[in-house]
Amino acid sequence: MGAATRDPDQGRRFLRYGRRTAALAGSVALTFLGLLFVTFLIGRVVPIDPVLAAVGDRAPAEVYERVRVELGLHLPLYQQFLIYLGKVVRGDLGHSVLTANPVTTDILRVFPATLELATAATLFGILLGIPMGVLAAVHQGRWPDQMLRVIGLFGYSIPVFWLGLMGLLLFYGRLDWAPGPGRLDVFYEGLLETRTGVILIDSALAGEWDIFRNALAHIALPALILGYFSLAYISRMTRSFMLEQLNQEYITTARVKGVSEGAVIWRHALGNVRIPLVTVIALSYGNLLEGSVLTETVFAWPGLGFYLTQSLLSADMNAVLGGTIVVGAVFIGINLLSDFLYRIMDPRAR
Amino acid sequence: MTGKTVFEEKNGRVENVRRWLLSTAPHSRRQARLGRAYLAWRRFAENRLAVIGLSVIVLLVAVAALAPALAPYPPNTPDLTQRLAPPGPDHWLGTDELGRDIFSRIIHGSRLTLYVVVLVAIIAAPAGLAIGTVAGYTGGWVDTALMRITDIFLAFPKLILALAFVSALGPGIENAIIAIAVTAWPPYARIARAETITIRRSDFIRAARLMGAGPFRLIWSHVMPLCLPSLIVRVTLDMAGIILTAAGLGFLGLGAQPPLPEWGAMISSGRKFMLDQWWVAAMPGVAIFFVSLGFNLLGDGLRDVLDPKAEAR
Repeated sequence: MGAATRDPDQGRRFLRYGRRTAALAGSVALTFLGLLFVTFLIGRVVPIDPVLAAVGDRAPAEVYERVRVELGLHLPLYQQFLIYLGKVVRGDLGHSVLTANPVTTDILRVFPATLELATAATLFGILLGIPMGVLAAVHQGRWPDQMLRVIGLFGYSIPVFWLGLMGLLLFYGRLDWAPGPGRLDVFYEGLLETRTGVILIDSALAGEWDIFRNALAHIALPALILGYFSLAYISRMTRSFMLEQLNQEYITTARVKGVSEGAVIWRHALGNVRIPLVTVIALSYGNLLEGSVLTETVFAWPGLGFYLTQSLLSADMNAVLGGTIVVGAVFIGINLLSDFLYRIMDPRAR
Repeated sequence: MTGKTVFEEKNGRVENVRRWLLSTAPHSRRQARLGRAYLAWRRFAENRLAVIGLSVIVLLVAVAALAPALAPYPPNTPDLTQRLAPPGPDHWLGTDELGRDIFSRIIHGSRLTLYVVVLVAIIAAPAGLAIGTVAGYTGGWVDTALMRITDIFLAFPKLILALAFVSALGPGIENAIIAIAVTAWPPYARIARAETITIRRSDFIRAARLMGAGPFRLIWSHVMPLCLPSLIVRVTLDMAGIILTAAGLGFLGLGAQPPLPEWGAMISSGRKFMLDQWWVAAMPGVAIFFVSLGFNLLGDGLRDVLDPKAEAR
């Protein structure tokens, strides 16, 4: 009887799994479509007339009309949206007025810098945040816990750009510990062949350790400041997950069996916290992409955020909307990835 | 003689009021309500940090209300003889590049901060509440459609979306408020929906429906009031984020425009002189920090009082 009932069960489970995957793919596609629709609408409400911007205000009426047709602006709105959709899917985000490059090219050029900064910051947040969260949970109500609370409160209350400026003032202006803004000293700029665009990786691959050290010195301060916010979030969440685990009976069992306290905390409890933490880390990574807009502006870090703000100030709409789409897409992708990892790692979610 | 001192008599009266408030057999609705409010206040007041947070917010409101009386100098009148003066007895927090007193500008800036926070809350919270309760109560395809839209907005990084909106609408404090409100409502809709779903099958809702209450009346006077506590907690906790976003937009030059003494914009203008005249950029940041901290502390305290279910994170 067992074998006979197991087979249809498995089939049903497979079907359910397939349906769930399809539903997920559908919702991601819908979300992305919504993202594009909103950016499209934003692009349409701009008070700048794109035709006028292209032909100038002294062009005769027939030239104006021709350009309007060329740009597809005479079509109904839904057709314009479909054309826009087709272009975006093919990777065409239009031309930037500021740099005269295709926006896609620009974004590909600046994105590795943002990736480098956000990754360094997240690493800092993970390496420091998880142990701090664990300690706070173990010593609940004592000073490590109080300290964590203060760090968390500050993290939710300090403007990131202000902290960046104060960091520059102190470590660059007064103490002279940190090099100035930017990714490299001017002296080293342009010496390195671009492979991945991530300077730390490129310089290590090329064996240019001088450049590597310089890049490391440059990234330290912005990554620390951005990482502080990730630290505040990750440590707080680690603490609450750990508290949940430490109250469970299997912990008592392990202690009764004589497992050392260190193993109970760092292996048993933390082992079970690992899975929800993946989601938290992914979310914090997504948030850092957002935080990088302000941090990059402060540190003149030539990444996506800097590109976005520069374009904003010169009303370069294609670049702004292109940047928005890319950040939004990465955001959606990260959420999807964390969902996926969660399912792989947690047998109960399968 | 039975003569009580004035002090004792007053004490006795306070004790009577207290007993009246804490009565387990209230004689009127009003007594019961006041008693519950008193209990909530006591629980809130036990949390010292929350009281500090509340004091900061009360101080902010008072400063904003009395700004012209409190500020020693007008906020927007340049005085080039006093350009970039360091903090001292004349100008407590120094002056900026046009010789305007930074302390006075921060005081006047509190009005802008309050303006942004209040308007965003007034726009976003009711919108989220309405969408969430309607979705949760109606269910079916209305629920699915509304929550899909909510999810799409949630999937956006907030600041980036606000940036895109402001770039389309044009810089300015009103447009910044609209942009922030547009990005702020989705979490409220989610919370309201979750609360609605848990209460929609309750007996008291059924009873009200049996007595002939229509969907509008049910949502408006039976569902919405029960969603309010968790919504208020969430809005208070979000206030700090709203202030930070507004300041960030100001810093990028997309929020309040000069010469308005908006704190983020003040930091931005002080950036040029930062290495030598640090106070121009530093001081407004401290103000932002204190107000955000106040809202965070208040929100944490309110959560403990109004929303005991939520785990204190």
